Amino acid sequence: MMAERTGPLQLLDLDSLLSEDERAVRDLVRRIADDTIRPYVADWFAGGDPPVRELARQLGTAGLLGMRLSGYGCAGASAVAYGLTCMELEAADSGVRSLASVQGSLAMYAIWRYGSEEQKQEWLPRMAAGEVIGCFGLTEPDHGSDPGSMTTRARRDGADWVLTGDKMWITNAPVADVAVIWARTDQGIRGFLVPLPTPGVTVSRISDKLSLRASATGEIVLDDVRLPQEALLPGAEGLKAALSCLNEARYGIVWGALGAARDCLETTIEYAVTREQFGRPIAGFQLTQAKLADMTVELDKGFLLALHLGRLADTGRLRPEMVSVGKLNNVREALAIARECRAILGANGISGAYPVMRHAVNLESVLTYEGTSEIHTLVIGQRLTGLSAFT
Amino acid sequence: MKIVVLVKQVPDSGEERSLRSDDFTVDRDAATKRMNELDEHAIEAALQLVEEHGGEVTVLTMAPADALESTVRKALQMGPDRAVHIVDEAIHGSCAVTSSAVLAAALRTLEWDLVLCGAESTDGRVQAMPHMLSERLDVAAVTGARKITVSGGEITVERQVDDGYELVQAALPAIVSVWDTINTPRYPSFKLIMAAKKKPVTTLSLADLGISPDQVGLSASTSQVLHAAPRPPREAGVKVIDDGSGGVALVDFLAAEKFV
Ligand SMILES: Cc1cc2nc3c(=O)[nH]c(=O)nc-3n(C[C@H](O)[C@H](O)[C@H](O)COP(=O)(O)OP(=O)(O)OC[C@H]3O[C@@H](n4cnc5c(N)ncnc54)[C@H](O)[C@@H]3O)c2cc1C
Repeated sequence: MMAERTGPLQLLDLDSLLSEDERAVRDLVRRIADDTIRPYVADWFAGGDPPVRELARQLGTAGLLGMRLSGYGCAGASAVAYGLTCMELEAADSGVRSLASVQGSLAMYAIWRYGSEEQKQEWLPRMAAGEVIGCFGLTEPDHGSDPGSMTTRARRDGADWVLTGDKMWITNAPVADVAVIWARTDQGIRGFLVPLPTPGVTVSRISDKLSLRASATGEIVLDDVRLPQEALLPGAEGLKAALSCLNEARYGIVWGALGAARDCLETTIEYAVTREQFGRPIAGFQLTQAKLADMTVELDKGFLLALHLGRLADTGRLRPEMVSVGKLNNVREALAIARECRAILGANGISGAYPVMRHAVNLESVLTYEGTSEIHTLVIGQRLTGLSAFT
Repeated sequence: MKIVVLVKQVPDSGEERSLRSDDFTVDRDAATKRMNELDEHAIEAALQLVEEHGGEVTVLTMAPADALESTVRKALQMGPDRAVHIVDEAIHGSCAVTSSAVLAAALRTLEWDLVLCGAESTDGRVQAMPHMLSERLDVAAVTGARKITVSGGEITVERQVDDGYELVQAALPAIVSVWDTINTPRYPSFKLIMAAKKKPVTTLSLADLGISPDQVGLSASTSQVLHAAPRPPREAGVKVIDDGSGGVALVDFLAAEKFV
């Protein structure tokens, strides 16, 4: 006789920590994901060419793009509501969450925080609606964890700026209408808004990815790209401006990774209670139960950590090293959960018919982008010791 | 135009549902509760009519207090202007007939040109609420709509039937129930969710409606479940050995089941 079962996040009644509004937003995003993402995402992943424009419009209509920002058609949501949104999107697929993160927390946030009034008016309302897609070009082929040594240059030529360089691994780039490009100038690193297409800019899709295939990733080559003075983000001075955008996006990932882990775990529990070997469900073996229990404990701890960071953010107390703790822990644990779940599904674990392998390989990207786990470890180490171990 | 949409809280039809062992009513405590699926289509139809003709949409729900979050707010998040929530312990166990008396009393306190509802609820599946309300309120009821148009105080309904549709006209005010073929309900949005918090929800008790507790509930119900037993396991199917007459046997079967 099987007794009643409880879901991994229901175990601690974590819902009771959320307000009615927060649950309502979570339910909305879960429903959108269930109806418009989940049934198709395995195919998008297999094809490597997801319908980013259509997705952006759907997310925009629901008010989920740049939702933490206020004004200019943005929803003005709380950090916790945004986090729950990331979690539900990533429970469907990390690639879809990446679309929303880059659009809202990187591209829109850069314009919202550092743009001129004209730039905000021009771009933000359409980006919030999902009609215009943005991307964020910081990483270069030879400069990833150390973006401060970037070689993309912007030089003055009369009243214009001329940009030359190469940006690599840029999410949304193949479909973007505007790119936030970070480049070195005589006055340090500055941000520029580059409408796409623009003469001199070549965007190519990176298609040989084995991870995050339901996200469009590209390379942006800038070859003497002439831009007017108005393309400069006036408020973005120095690398710290670029890093402040990353901090927003990383916060979303702290939650997002939990979504992928939850989906793996729910799928796996369902599988393990129905899959029989040696005459009984594999979930009935103590070895399996130990794995399920350990993974659930990590998932629930991760949720508490994410919620703590969210409440700090909503009261203006969130600091970058706190986000590093969250990203380091939650992505690392989510990846461990995905791998363990993969093994519990046996051969079916590598099948595209289940979401587990897809989440597992997606999380490999999530571990690397927005600051690798090593970099976040060093951020925490520096905060603890006062010593920088980066160089 | 003013539209009232009847919205019911039901146990999630995607889950295992059960009856209580004491009075054989639906075990609502054990279930995840949500808005009846077809009612979302009724709300969507109301919103579309109001977008075209102007006016306002009120949601009317008779349900326990916990329906406020699971159903009333969810309904308001789609866009209606306000809600009326009838809450009273005494209502538990009411049959369709007594329920219709309560809903009719509430509708008498509201102004409306049109009442919309889902063609059935996933728990009771009685399909009779529009007719009962039509009798009590003395207005036309048109059931099973797949399309509604309004012009000049008249409503035209494409009424879905097995082999096509019927065109039915009625004078307003009227009551119309809808099937899911009528539209695709919209998703709420973040903004609508936030706006829904501020929309007025009026709570009414039986006393507010001038109904005494002994007129409703299990004891006043016109029907009562005396006994319930799980359905026996399915019997094995019929096997037709094709000795040349297989085709005929197959057609006979399909004809008997009214497939052809
Ligand atoms: C799918 C995907 C999408 C992406 N989207 C974007 C985007 O939209 N915009 C953008 O700008 N970038 C994007 N990136 C790039 C991403 O941010 C970088 O890949 C990341 O910063 C790491 O840089 P790298 O790949 O050059 O690795 P490297 O910096 O070369 O690092 C290689 C390894 O060395 C380790 N390492 C480096 N420095 C140290 C150190 N000091 N101490 C210890 N270990 C160290 C790293 O942790 C890592 O394990 C994306 C990447 C991927 C995979």
